[in-house]
Amino acid sequence: MVAELTKNERQGALVILLALAITGLAMAAGGRGDPFGVHGALVLVTAIVGIFAVISGYYAPEPSPDRLDSYYDTPTKFGIIAAMVWAVIGMAVGDWVAWLLAYPEWTFDAAWASFGRLRPVHTSGVIFGFGGNALIATSFYVMQRTSRARLPDQLTPWFVLFGYNLFCVIAATGYLMGVTQSKEYAEPEWYADIWLVIVWVVYFVLYLRTLNRRKEPHIYVSNWYYLAFILVVAMLHIVNNLAVPISWGSAKSYSLFSGVQDAMTEWWYGHNAVAFFLTSGFLGMMYYYMPKRAGRPIYSYRMSIISFWGITFFYMWAGSHHLHYTALPQWVQSLGMTFSVMLLVPSWVSAGNALMTLNGAWHKVRDDAVLRFMMVAAVFYGLSTFEGSFMAIRPVNALSHYTDWTVGHVHAGALGWVAMITFGAIYASVPWLWKRNGMYSAKLVEAHFWLALAGTIIYVFAMWNSGIIQGLMWRTYNESGTLAYSFVDSLVAMHPYYIARAVGGVFFLLGAIIGFYNIWMTIRTASQDEAAQNTADRPVAEPAVGVPALQPGE
Amino acid sequence: MAHFERDPHTGHMTTGHEWNGITELNTPVPKVIWLFLACTVIFAVGYWILMPTWPIGRTYTKGLLGDDVRHDLTQSVKQAALDRSVWSARIEKESFADIQKDAALMEPVRETGRALFGDNCAACHGRNAQGSKGFPNLTTSSWLWGGTPEAIFDTIRVGINSAHPETRTSQMPAFGKDGMLPRPDIDKAIAFVRSLSHPDAKDLDPAKVAAGKELFAANCASCHGEDAKGNIEMGAPNLTDPFWIYGGDQASIAETLWGGRQGHMPTWENRLSALDRKILALYLVDLRKPEK
Repeated sequence: MVAELTKNERQGALVILLALAITGLAMAAGGRGDPFGVHGALVLVTAIVGIFAVISGYYAPEPSPDRLDSYYDTPTKFGIIAAMVWAVIGMAVGDWVAWLLAYPEWTFDAAWASFGRLRPVHTSGVIFGFGGNALIATSFYVMQRTSRARLPDQLTPWFVLFGYNLFCVIAATGYLMGVTQSKEYAEPEWYADIWLVIVWVVYFVLYLRTLNRRKEPHIYVSNWYYLAFILVVAMLHIVNNLAVPISWGSAKSYSLFSGVQDAMTEWWYGHNAVAFFLTSGFLGMMYYYMPKRAGRPIYSYRMSIISFWGITFFYMWAGSHHLHYTALPQWVQSLGMTFSVMLLVPSWVSAGNALMTLNGAWHKVRDDAVLRFMMVAAVFYGLSTFEGSFMAIRPVNALSHYTDWTVGHVHAGALGWVAMITFGAIYASVPWLWKRNGMYSAKLVEAHFWLALAGTIIYVFAMWNSGIIQGLMWRTYNESGTLAYSFVDSLVAMHPYYIARAVGGVFFLLGAIIGFYNIWMTIRTASQDEAAQNTADRPVAEPAVGVPALQPGE
Repeated sequence: MAHFERDPHTGHMTTGHEWNGITELNTPVPKVIWLFLACTVIFAVGYWILMPTWPIGRTYTKGLLGDDVRHDLTQSVKQAALDRSVWSARIEKESFADIQKDAALMEPVRETGRALFGDNCAACHGRNAQGSKGFPNLTTSSWLWGGTPEAIFDTIRVGINSAHPETRTSQMPAFGKDGMLPRPDIDKAIAFVRSLSHPDAKDLDPAKVAAGKELFAANCASCHGEDAKGNIEMGAPNLTDPFWIYGGDQASIAETLWGGRQGHMPTWENRLSALDRKILALYLVDLRKPEK
């Protein structure tokens, strides 16, 4: 990896790592006796390891100028492996906390093993660790190819990926030590947030620099979505995390917002994280990998446009539907609800555009589990966006809010849509990136597909049942005009569904582990093939007019 | 650069662009989508006209229906209280004995009491009120501070060893740890205490029991009574019945005598209304009736 950097970039890397080491040292010294100090030590050790790595490769010969004739894919390879590692960690912890809900005594009386600390390890692990790494990795891949331009340098993509993963590690280890600012999906404390801002701005600039070098006159749809994802996530992250640390030596901070303003800011963030992290970014992924794998043109460019702007415009207003029937003024709730209803149209247009793209390639969907992952993802995207708009309607929300229905809805989106499209994209990319003829085992991809689908369906059905039973039990009055059930009664009713959910989670986790193994074996099995060395997969080559430059694996 | 092409499958033209082999069709947006969009927009605009929606300066559009959720909520809470008052007003006014005699009035007590108990008491006393180690079983006839509805009502109000100024206070001293009795004497006292509730126990040494009896009279009777039947004035448990909070076996009694005990029950005066507390007291008395 260091060998791929130029001399200047190696020096740059050393300067950055040195600055990081000094920051880590200062944090460790200033935060003694606080988790902040532990994280300082972690940063310091990471930086020192990095410095050694760069020094050990420092005198290696510089990369040849030929490199500029090819796309720079090593960071994408790293990102995909990191995504799969986080997938296994995040999903394993997810299933662990699912069992914990069914059997709450399984905490070994240890603070770190309590539900409140493990749950964000799961959510951050899968959303940021798995999803984020997959998005960054595929965005590099897609951007270079649809722009026919190589990344502008070799150092920046590594800074983005390593920096981002350092953020994920600080977040996850912090939760286990009890470091949290108690904002859902924005739990990491102020220092981790500042670090992510730096990484994210560099990512944004890198993306614009690559875009600026493009040889294509038009910007492909995927890049609209990836750019929306990067830009809006930066905006959301900065605003929602505005906070004042209690000292420079402490992990604890207080938010700039309080009361209902804090709640509204948090759910403006939270819902748009769903929109721009879990939807926009992955739509970008889908718009590249699905037509590529199906060998079909996108069904309608016009539908791409209206759905892109519809999603971008409507989503921004929808966050307040998380706060129906709360202290939030009614008029804000009305706005959130009505925009959520209108949001269904562009969401379904996206899902429809994806499924219509498969017309003429359904035989491939039948035969190819990789394409089937993507097809099922589009179906679940359509299902969960309908469910989301439906649940945003106030009277429906009166039943569904605070119940497991919400959890089921999120997982229909997260497992069915986000994870499925990611697995599809990863299975498509791995042979292309490592120049293999195909995955190590097509049967294992097939097994992963069915495990993932079965797991998702078991999970979602369990939570629908549990959630609706809960919602009804909480609102049932007896004849004397008091609530018929105590909260504990509803817990007893949910217990069997909690077990079912955890079993569904085991299925999904098993699939991910099989996927990891399959990817690992594909990389290890050297099947260098002449045909795999596609000369068209280069940035400078003129677009082959009328003859789509196909890639291996198609 | 643009290269238009007709897709043989759909018959639509491409947009003429190509990215890394991906092309796009210029398919018009289907009419049904515009219709769908129109429907949702009409719904939204209609909702905005009827309901409070748009901020204008320091206020907002109130909507033609004049709907106000806060008002609705206040009204429905008032109405619910009114509906309940047919029975709740009687419970507030009437004496425990009168309520207990009225089978019809005991119905809402049972229904409401069950939910109140589940949400407030079950965490310690268990869902079936049968307690667990350290938390008394409430379905027996054995009550530390008295089992009449009046006594239970008051225990709920002030708590035991709680922060309430009138709290019920009791403590079992740590006879062993604090050196109040030498270890051999503790063994004798245990033997005697066990003999009270287990007169047939085979492993008890009669000499120890006899010696324990004297120790009991000197050290324990002041709280538990000469007959060891306890004292509800002091919250001292009856040691002759089969009900034990911390366990009646050799090891548990030894632990109690050695380290002492000081249970805790919170005060509910500011957490539950007098009506709710009265319902709970009646509910608990009612709970053990079938076992009498």
